[in-house]
Amino acid sequence: MKFRSLIFANLFRKKIRLILTIGSFAIALVLFTFLAVVNSAFNRGIDIAGADRLVIVSRIGLMQVMPVSYAEQVRAIPGVKYVTHNHWFGGVYQEEKNFFPQFVIDPENHRKVYPEFIVPDDQWNTFLKDQQGAIAGAKTAKRFGWKVGDRIPIKNSLYGPTKTWEFNLDGIYHTEKPDGDEGQFWLQWKNFDENVPVALKGTAGWYILKLNSPDDAVHVAQTIDTKFGNSSYETKTETESAFAAGFAKQFGNIEFLILSVGSVVFFTLLLVTGNTMAISVRERTAELAVLKAIGVTDGSVLFLVLAESMMIALFGGVLGLLLAWAAIPVISAAVTGLLPPLLLSKTMLSLGLVFAVLVGIVSGLLPGIGAMRMRVVTALRRV
Amino acid sequence: MIRVDGQGNGKSLIQVRGLSKTYRRGGEEIQVLQRLNLDVDKGDFVGFMGPSGSGKTTLLNLLGGLDVPTQGSITVDGDEITHMSGSKLTKWRARHVGFVFQMYNLIPVLTAYQNVELPLLLTKLSGAERRKHVETALNVVGLADRMNHYPRQLSGGQEQRVTIARAIVSDPTFLLCDEPTGDLDRKSADEIMALIEELVGKYGKTVLMVTHDPVVAARAHTTLHLEKGVLVEASKIEQGVVAGGVR
Repeated sequence: MKFRSLIFANLFRKKIRLILTIGSFAIALVLFTFLAVVNSAFNRGIDIAGADRLVIVSRIGLMQVMPVSYAEQVRAIPGVKYVTHNHWFGGVYQEEKNFFPQFVIDPENHRKVYPEFIVPDDQWNTFLKDQQGAIAGAKTAKRFGWKVGDRIPIKNSLYGPTKTWEFNLDGIYHTEKPDGDEGQFWLQWKNFDENVPVALKGTAGWYILKLNSPDDAVHVAQTIDTKFGNSSYETKTETESAFAAGFAKQFGNIEFLILSVGSVVFFTLLLVTGNTMAISVRERTAELAVLKAIGVTDGSVLFLVLAESMMIALFGGVLGLLLAWAAIPVISAAVTGLLPPLLLSKTMLSLGLVFAVLVGIVSGLLPGIGAMRMRVVTALRRV
Repeated sequence: MIRVDGQGNGKSLIQVRGLSKTYRRGGEEIQVLQRLNLDVDKGDFVGFMGPSGSGKTTLLNLLGGLDVPTQGSITVDGDEITHMSGSKLTKWRARHVGFVFQMYNLIPVLTAYQNVELPLLLTKLSGAERRKHVETALNVVGLADRMNHYPRQLSGGQEQRVTIARAIVSDPTFLLCDEPTGDLDRKSADEIMALIEELVGKYGKTVLMVTHDPVVAARAHTTLHLEKGVLVEASKIEQGVVAGGVR
């Protein structure tokens, strides 16, 4: 690139302005990346949902229970491979802010339906034999400094008078993927069933079934809902991703909120960088006119302006992404319990870089076209 | 040999025929140039004088392909430039015209070397070849030892020398100088004029120069006066040429 020295010389012409522009760009990109990470965290359930899994909930709502006896009937439907059920426990460990999702699971089938959660066999066998046993995700165990063998007290007021349930931590699970959900806490359904009020005995919060093939999803879902239609506990069967999406929507339209704030960030960045480029081009009207006079083509003039705005965007973008990379784990730790774990993936870093480049191009385009169309004679007359 | 009567033999380097330029300003038409003719041979040094608004710079802009005439034609070295497209004209300028401006118009963030190198970036020359050309041009203007200086580190006269080096580095067909000494003191102006004379005398360059300064104009082979868009007088008529040709 023969004009490299000119591009860099122009870039560093006003150092304070350059630093301020790159700084604004970087901060805005940190914000943009943070929003993208939050959005991704809320949608992670959808992303990692198994294509061959269905979820059955009560047609009335997620908090309504169904008889546990449905499990056998569902298992008999052609196309269904395994069935397991969950309950939401919703207890508090020490303080309200220490939130983590606690699920009452059916140990016999849970592992078959969720093979992506990995528990060492010896720990799992201990859990199976221990009615007060519990399994924690690696992240939750690390968060509270738990180790296998610890006694975990959890206060609960959802099922009868407030009382503290005590669990033995029999195992710690990991996930196959690095961005998998390692924040859950599982406890035994039998223990739960023995300790809840009579009205809730023999119930399941929702069912999860694994299919022989994802192609069976529509047919199986229709069969289940038809089978339990007009019963006391009507069902609503949907794919796990649809279920996860519905669950995420309970928090409000996060995606819309993030898109709105993200758009504001995008346009602010466009204005900041575009303004810098416009001022920069206006200051150099005579120089650009001279370049055109000596034979630099209109296209090359546009390229020079775009290259400059792209360099600003790239410097700001890389700095912003480095800041985000350093800050997001800290923010994630600070908001643990309030938000799902925040993970900055390589995809998101690439997305951030693409975003930066896009802003660079768009913000340089208008001043660049202006410089390209500028008449040499008029520009020289202004000197 | 310079003629302004349109009766050239058709072999001149620059041939201008019936050149007119009209600007429209606020509904009013201002005719800046009126049916000019001009023939300039290779190696000629022409000075254009005239009061402000007489059309000197407009003529220079037209000759340099920076502007298009309302009427008439300009032919340089066989190329009729008045009907060239914008992009073709840009390439033509890069190859055939060297510009020297009153305000030097150097890029302040580039060194003298980098400023002079700019026109060569548009060619296919290698880095080593470009260096050779730039060093030669800076040697010609006597600034080889200042090649790594930025414009702010040079005097006005030195800046103008760098501008001249930039104008000649690609060995253009002719040089257009718009008030090259207009921003300089007398001593620096003399030095610049000596340099331009050297380019003409020693290197055979063709130079067309606009100036307000009669002392500077006197150093050209021929001085033509522009008044109200018309060439009215030849201030320095070469022997046996154009006495009746001046309009």
